[in-house]
Amino acid sequence: MSVDRRGFLKEGGRLLVLSAAAASALDLVLAGRPEEADAYKLADHWWGMIIDINKCIGCGNCVRACKIENDVLKEPYYFRTWVERYHVPAKDLVRPEAEDHPEVDSPNGGFDGFKEKYHAGDGSKNFFVPKLCNHCAHSPCVQVCPVGATFESPDGVVLVDKTYCLGCRYCVQACPYGCRFIDPRTETVDKCSLCYHRITKGLTTACCETCPTGARTLGDLKDPRDPIHEFLRTHGVQVLKPQMATGAKAYYNGLDGSVR
Amino acid sequence: MESVLQGVQGFMYPNEVELQWSILIVLYPFVTGLVAGAFILASLERVFNVEAVKPTYRLALLTALAFLIAAPLPLQLHLGHPERSYEMYTTPHTSSAMAMFGFVYLWYLLAVLVFEIWLDYRKDIVLTARASRGAKRLLYRALSLGSDDISPRSLEIDSRVGRFVTIVGIPSAFLLHGYVGFIFGSVKANPWWSTPLMPIVFLFSAIVSGIAAVLLLYMALSWARGRQPDMACVDTMGRYLLYAFIIDFSLEMLDLIHRIYEADESFKSLDFMVHTRLYTSQVILQIIVGTLVPIGLLALVQVVRTTAPARKGFYVAAGALTLVGIFAMRWNVVIGGQLFSKSFLGYTTYKMHFATREGLLPAILVLLLPFGILWELLKLLPPWPDEGSA
Repeated sequence: MSVDRRGFLKEGGRLLVLSAAAASALDLVLAGRPEEADAYKLADHWWGMIIDINKCIGCGNCVRACKIENDVLKEPYYFRTWVERYHVPAKDLVRPEAEDHPEVDSPNGGFDGFKEKYHAGDGSKNFFVPKLCNHCAHSPCVQVCPVGATFESPDGVVLVDKTYCLGCRYCVQACPYGCRFIDPRTETVDKCSLCYHRITKGLTTACCETCPTGARTLGDLKDPRDPIHEFLRTHGVQVLKPQMATGAKAYYNGLDGSVR
Repeated sequence: MESVLQGVQGFMYPNEVELQWSILIVLYPFVTGLVAGAFILASLERVFNVEAVKPTYRLALLTALAFLIAAPLPLQLHLGHPERSYEMYTTPHTSSAMAMFGFVYLWYLLAVLVFEIWLDYRKDIVLTARASRGAKRLLYRALSLGSDDISPRSLEIDSRVGRFVTIVGIPSAFLLHGYVGFIFGSVKANPWWSTPLMPIVFLFSAIVSGIAAVLLLYMALSWARGRQPDMACVDTMGRYLLYAFIIDFSLEMLDLIHRIYEADESFKSLDFMVHTRLYTSQVILQIIVGTLVPIGLLALVQVVRTTAPARKGFYVAAGALTLVGIFAMRWNVVIGGQLFSKSFLGYTTYKMHFATREGLLPAILVLLLPFGILWELLKLLPPWPDEGSA
């Protein structure tokens, strides 16, 4: 069979195009191979956290661990998580109707623990409240971001894309819980990311890891075997500022009414 | 930074101690307020046929344009990454009032203000182009967008289209500054800001500041040109300023009375703040000096017979105090909203620096810039070409 130049070019061209198509098709096939894919599936998780006020001793481990794990500036203005100490004085026996409010402090966010300040036996109620981003399901901070740099991930974590953030600080204003701050090194917003880099690898958050009393526990609400379901069923839990209807997912056990 | 912590009284959430929005963010609603107010004054003549304020029609439009051009600058200085600010236009997050406002701004600038100014000035631009040589001719030919027809019919079209633009422009101006109010008013986390009244209060205080600014500018320019201001015009502006002020003051008193009466969880904390850290700027500057005194002066003019020179003095005083008062109002909203803790248990202080990116010096320069722009606009597009040079 004799092949002329035109025929050769036509066949060669067709072969070239087909092999290019086959090569990209093969890539797709390989990409679809389950053992090659990442093991973490976003749709299988819905993250929250249980914070048990009855167990927090104000040691500050969580604050330190978070700052180290997530490279947060050590100055006292930047906290992804912090601990507040509440001192609710005994009712004034002479004027019990007088309005009182708790004395609250958070020296360096609880980073160095708490110096002894109150004494037993004065009739007061004293406890510690760890705070962090509540990873709200209906987050007001996400709502106001002008460019969508902060967003709710499909697995329920509110994250910040620092390469996109303008640093306008609208989200800082919109958060009712005061959990956001501007990182002066990047001039963008920063906040608790629920240690996303850890939880997507099957680890727990740095704060939960180092808590000595189990006051902080990460929970996956989509996992039927997670103890969070039983905990929520058997304990009186509250979220902070429920009237804001933010869909907060940090559930507090033993939260006193005086907590702000 | 250490001094900021020392300025904390009571308890603030640790991340709340440092203020997020500075004097530059105070300036922004002040400047856009002047824009909206000046435009609404201009539209009084165009749409409601208030002939008396005709001498200030063009001046009001140019004032609005000068301030609108300068308005983005304080925002850019404030942003952590101003080089990314285009993202608000290319990938806006549609649930964000701030993002959607960018389009309101753009619409108002191009489809309303620039268009209306062009329509009103077209004849003068064409005439100037025809009478010029060289670079100046090129500039004015460019400004005319190639148009050369100034027949009575085409001028009639200008007038009709211009009137339509102004009619559309009034709700656009309302939207421009009402939106700024909404940006604050829709933040449920902040009880000092969160109220449906906020856009309306912002809008009426904008109208007040815009009328005051044009009034002062008109009188200043008249003095600079060695001419007497048109007293009928000035008197009418003074009257409208008074009316707008009465509405504005009523709205602010309504907000105050409502807060005191309802006394919700934030009230005690906010009340304490107004009586202490915000006392000078809120009670002295905004309410007394910036509202009650100007209202008194303007009302006096309505009930007592005064000579023209005396009235001019009253208007200058009232106008200047009004601008101080409206600036104080913006300060009280923006800074005041950040001085108290969302725990309602504490307060912080605003440490304003001088020569930093968000300090007092850039703020002063930003405030002076629109006057510089206006100066150039007045030369480019003289408001009173028939009366000789400005």
